[in-house]
Amino acid sequence: MTTEQIEQLLLNTTGQSHQLSLDGYGVMNLQLKVNQLFGVLLQLYKDPELEFHFLTDLCGIHYPDRKDEELCVVYHVHSMKLRTRLRLKVYVPIEKPEVPSVTGIYGSANWMERETYDFFGIQFVGHPNLRRILNMDEMEAFPLRKEFPLEDPMREDKADFHFGR
Amino acid sequence: MQSTIQVAETPEGIAGQGFFATTLDAVVGLARKNSIWPLPFATSCCGIEFMSTMSSHYDLARFGSERLSFTPRQADLLMVMGTIAKKMAPVLRQVYEQMAEPKWVIAVGACASSGGIFDTYSVLQGIDRVIPVDVYVPGCPPRPEQIIEGVMRIQDLIGKESVRRRNSDEYKQLMESYFIK
Repeated sequence: MTTEQIEQLLLNTTGQSHQLSLDGYGVMNLQLKVNQLFGVLLQLYKDPELEFHFLTDLCGIHYPDRKDEELCVVYHVHSMKLRTRLRLKVYVPIEKPEVPSVTGIYGSANWMERETYDFFGIQFVGHPNLRRILNMDEMEAFPLRKEFPLEDPMREDKADFHFGR
Repeated sequence: MQSTIQVAETPEGIAGQGFFATTLDAVVGLARKNSIWPLPFATSCCGIEFMSTMSSHYDLARFGSERLSFTPRQADLLMVMGTIAKKMAPVLRQVYEQMAEPKWVIAVGACASSGGIFDTYSVLQGIDRVIPVDVYVPGCPPRPEQIIEGVMRIQDLIGKESVRRRNSDEYKQLMESYFIK
C-alpha cells in the first residue's frame, strides 16, 4: 500500500489530512500533534484495510536545541496484513512533557511507556502504572536527557588531580 | 611406592609420643582454610571464567572448595563475579548479611572491583561501596589461574586469622563503617 492510499484512508476515517513521507530506507513517517496521536493510532489499529496491530517499539528522543519540542516520542507500528511499517512521531515541550498513553490500544505499550518515562521523564497520561521500570526507584534524574552527566560522579579514580588538572 | 598426595603442613607446635600441642588459632585456621565453601555471585563474563575454574581442568576442588554453596547461610566465601548494577546492590548486601560469621569476600574482575568500563549512572563503582572486600582479583575477565590465586590469598588470610578477630573492636568498626548490624 502506498503512502497516498494510507493518507486517503486516514482522511476518510479521522477527517483530518495527514502528510506521510518516506525516509531513506522506505519506511513511512508521520509527524503528529499530541492531540491527534491517540485518534490516528486507533484508526490505524481498527481500520480493516490497515490493521496496524503490532507496536514494534516505542521510545523517546531528547533534542535540547529544539525550542518547545525538546522531547520526541517515536512509535513504530507494523501491519502484518500489509507487510508495512509506519513510524509516528510526536514532539512535546520539556516543561510539560505530556503524551496520551496508548496502553488502551496496545497492551505492549505498558512497559515501553514506563521505560520511556524512566529515561526521559515523559508523562504518559492515562497509563495504569507509570513508575520506573529499569532504574532504581530512588533515582531522581532522567538519565537519557542530554543534561544528565553520563559518568558516575561518585567515581574518584578519574578525578582531575590524577591527571595534573 | 612413594605417594604423590600432598597433605596440609603441620602447624608449629610441640610434638611428643602420643600428643601434639599447638595453638587453637593454628588448628582452626588450618581446618577453615582447607574447607572453604564459596558462594558464587556471578552476574556476567567473570562468572564464565569461574565455571572454568570449577571444572576439571583447573579444578578449584584441589583447594578444598569442592562444595559450592548456593545459599548464603552455609557459605564461607562470597565470590562476586561481574558487573553489579546499582539496583542489584541491596540484593548483594542482603546476601552478605545472611552469611554466617566467619565470612570472607573476594571481588573478581574489574567490574566487581571498581565498576570497570561501566563508568555510568546505573552501575555500582565497585562492590566495596556496599560490603567489605578481602581480596580483589584484577582482569577483564581474569583467567582461571588468577581466580585460583585470589582464592589462595583468601586461604592465607583465613589461615592467619585469629579466632577472636570477629569479636575485635577493629572488626566491629569495619562493619559499622558499612552500616551492617
